[in-house]
Amino acid sequence: MNPTRKRRLAIVISVIVAAVIAVGLIVFALQRNMNYLFTPSQVQQGQATQYPSFRLGGMVKAGSIQRAADSLKVSFIVVDADGAMPVEYTGILPDLFRDNQSVITTGRMDDGRFIASEVLAKHDENYMPKELKDAMAKAHQNRKIDDTAMKDTPQ
Amino acid sequence: MIPELGQFALALALILALVQGILPIIGAWRGNAALMAVARPAAAGQGVFVFFAMGVLIYAFLTYDFSVAYVADNSNLALPWYYRITAVWGAHEGSMLLWVFILNVWSVALATFSRQLPPAFLSRVLAVLGLIGVGFLAFILFTSNPFLRMLPMPADGGDLNPVLQDPGMTFHPPVLYMGYVGFSVAFAFSIAALLGGELEQAWVRWARPWTNAAWAFLTLGIVAGSWWAYAELGWGGWWFWDPVENASFMPWLVGVALIHAQAVTEKRGSLPAWTILLSLFAFSLSLLGTFLVRSGVLTSVHAFASDPRRGLFILGFLVIVIGGSLLLYAVRAPKVAKGKAFAPLSRETGIMIANLLFTTAAAMVLLGTLFPLIGDALNLGRVSVGPPYFGFLFVLLMAPAVLLLPFGPYLRWGKAEGRQLTAVALRAGVAAVICAIVAAFFADGHLRAIAGIAGAIWVAAGTLSYVVKRWREMPRGRRFPAEMAGMLIAHTGVAIFVIGVMLSESLSVERDVRMAPGETATVGSYAFRFDGVRETTGPNWRADEGEVTILSDGKVMTTMHPQKRTYSRGQIQTESAIDAGLFRDIYVALGEPMDATDVEGAWALRLYDKPFVRWIWLGGLFMMAGGALAACERRFRAKKVAAVTQANGTTQADGTGTGSLA
Repeated sequence: MNPTRKRRLAIVISVIVAAVIAVGLIVFALQRNMNYLFTPSQVQQGQATQYPSFRLGGMVKAGSIQRAADSLKVSFIVVDADGAMPVEYTGILPDLFRDNQSVITTGRMDDGRFIASEVLAKHDENYMPKELKDAMAKAHQNRKIDDTAMKDTPQ
Repeated sequence: MIPELGQFALALALILALVQGILPIIGAWRGNAALMAVARPAAAGQGVFVFFAMGVLIYAFLTYDFSVAYVADNSNLALPWYYRITAVWGAHEGSMLLWVFILNVWSVALATFSRQLPPAFLSRVLAVLGLIGVGFLAFILFTSNPFLRMLPMPADGGDLNPVLQDPGMTFHPPVLYMGYVGFSVAFAFSIAALLGGELEQAWVRWARPWTNAAWAFLTLGIVAGSWWAYAELGWGGWWFWDPVENASFMPWLVGVALIHAQAVTEKRGSLPAWTILLSLFAFSLSLLGTFLVRSGVLTSVHAFASDPRRGLFILGFLVIVIGGSLLLYAVRAPKVAKGKAFAPLSRETGIMIANLLFTTAAAMVLLGTLFPLIGDALNLGRVSVGPPYFGFLFVLLMAPAVLLLPFGPYLRWGKAEGRQLTAVALRAGVAAVICAIVAAFFADGHLRAIAGIAGAIWVAAGTLSYVVKRWREMPRGRRFPAEMAGMLIAHTGVAIFVIGVMLSESLSVERDVRMAPGETATVGSYAFRFDGVRETTGPNWRADEGEVTILSDGKVMTTMHPQKRTYSRGQIQTESAIDAGLFRDIYVALGEPMDATDVEGAWALRLYDKPFVRWIWLGGLFMMAGGALAACERRFRAKKVAAVTQANGTTQADGTGTGSLA
C-alpha cells in the first residue's frame, strides 16, 4: 500500500471504531432511560411488571386528593375508564393539578401503590397530552367506552 | 379594513417571493443579466410587504381590534401595551409571521450589503431565500392566517398565555428566530455554490460573518430561554432536555461545528464538502425545530398548536428542503469540493475532531428527541427518553472537547509542532491541579465541583496563556483582530459556563418544605422565615403573595415576595422570587396552601440556595459576545473580493486531502 492509501485506511478504521463506540454508548444510555407510559388498567393487567420504573397516566379521581397533616406528602387516585391506582407523592404539585385533571406521574410500584417522584399536569384547559390520549384509547379498545366515561369515576 | 390590508400585503409578498425565487435562478443558469437583476428589487419588495403586514398586526393589538380572531384570543383590555406587542408572537399564527418577518430582515440586509459578490452567485443566494419565503408565506396564508376575522366581534379578548407575560419573553422568541432563520443565509450560500458548481474561498469568507451573527443570536436566544425557564416556570432548573429546548439546541451544536469548519475552508481551502454539508444540516435542524415546536407532535410544555394540517404542511416542506438539498449535495458535492490536504497534527485536524464531537452530540440529541416518534412507529409502545440519557451522553461527548480546547489556538494551520503543545498542556495542567486542590478544601468532597473547577481552569489558563503569547509576539495593532478576540472571548465563555454548570449542579441545596407563618427553615447557608401570605392584584391578575425573610447568621439580609397568580381566564402561574448574586442565587417559589380553605395558614414552599448558577448564563453571554465580535472582523468585509479570489481560487486543485473524505 502506498502512504496515501495507508493514511486513508487508518482514517476509515478510526471513524468506524468511533462510530461503533458511539452507537454502543447511545444504545446503553437509551436502554437505561426509556420510560414507558401505562394507564391504571394496563398496570392492573400486569403489563408494567417487568419495568422497575415507568410513567403512569390518567385522570385524578375527584375527591381523592389527601394531604398529610405535617408534611408535603400527598396521596391521590389516578383512574382511567376501568382501572384505578393509588399514588403517593412528596413535594409540590404543579399549578394545574386538581380533581379530574389528566396527569402523568413518573415513579415505581410499591406494595400496590405507585410512588411518584415527579408529577406533571396537563398544560391548559383543553389540552390532553397526545401520548396519554393514545394510551387511554388503547386501554379502552374493544370495550365500547366513550370519552365521556373517562371523566366519571369508575367502580 | 386594515387587517385585510395586512392579508393582502402577505399575498403580494408571496407573489414577489415567487418572483425572487424563480427568475434569478433561471437568469443565473442562462446567463441572463436582466433576470438576475430581478433578485434584489424583488427581495426589497417582499421585505416591504412583510414589514407592512407585521406592522398591521402590531397595530391591531395596540388598538384592541378584537374582530381579528388572533388578537381576541391572545390579548384583552387589561393587558399592558408592552405585553400586547409581545402577544404578536405569543401563539402559532403570529410566530410564523415573525419567522417570515425575520427571514426578510436577513434577506434585505443581504441584498443591501453584498453588492461585491459576483451577480450570478448573489442572485442564486437571494433566490434560495425567496423560495424559503414562498414556503412560509404559503403556510401562513393557507393554514395559519393571523388576520382571520371573528364575527361578531367580542367585547373583550381572552388572555396571553400567562407564562409568556414576563420581560424575558419580550425578546426570547425574536432573538431565537434571528438565530434559526439566520442559518438560512449559510444554507442559501451552500445551495448557490452547489447550483453554480464551484466554491471559492472568498465566498466562504463572505458567508462567515452572517453565520457567526446567526449563531450569536441563537446563543443569546437559548440563554434567554434558559433564564426565563429558571425565573418563570417556577421549577428553578435551567435546562430540562425538553423537546423544544432540544429543538433550539441541535442547530446550535451544528452551528458551533459550522463556524469552525467555515474558518478552515475560508483560510485553508480544506473541508469544503463538510462545510457545505454542515450548513445544510444547521438550517434543516432549524426547520425541524420549528416543526417540532409548532406541530405539537411531541408532548411538551411549549407546544401550543396541534392542528394536523399544519403539521403535514411543515412536514412536506421539511421533506422538500432537506431531501432536495441533500440530493443536490449528493449530485454536485464531488464537483464542488476538492479539499486541500493537511497533516495529522494540525489545526485542521483539531477542528475536525471537535466538529465530529459536536455533530455527534447533535445527532444524539436528535435521536433522543425523536425517539418517542420512532418508538410509536415501531410499535414499541408510548416511550419517552429521560433526561439522564442526554446528560450522560452530552457530558461524555463534551469532556474531550473541553480537554482539547486550550490546544486549539496553539495548533498551526497545515502542520503543527508537538513541542509547544506539551508546554501549554503543562502550564494549563499545573494551574488546573493547583486550583482543584484549593477547591477540594472548600467543596467538601463534591467531586463534580472539583472536576468543574479543574476543567474550567484548564480552559481558562490555556486561553490566557495564548493571550499572553499573542501580546508578546505580535506588534501593536495586530495582536487581537476581531476574529481572534471573538474566539478567545467565546472560549473563556466555555470556562465560565463549565464553572456555572458543575458548581450549581453539585453545590445547590433545594428543599421543598411545608411552612406555617412564623416558621423558619434552614437551606444551605441561609435561614428562610415565612411571614405569611396576603392578597395582591395586577392589571390582569390577582395573586397570593408570600413574604419570606432571609436571615444570614441571625441578621436580616433581604425580604422576598414570591407570588401565585391567577389570571383573568383562570390560569394559574407561579412567580418565583429570586435574590440574585454573582456567586449565589436565593430562590423562593410558592407551592400551594396546605388547606385550600385557609390561605393564611401553612403553605408548601420551594427554597433553593444555588451557588454560581448565574455563571451558566454569563458563560453563554461570553460565547454570544465572542460570536458577535468575530462577525465584525474587518477582513470579512474586504471590498476587493475579485482579486483575492483569483489569488486563492486556483490553489486547491490537488484532491488527495482527507477533506474530500469528510
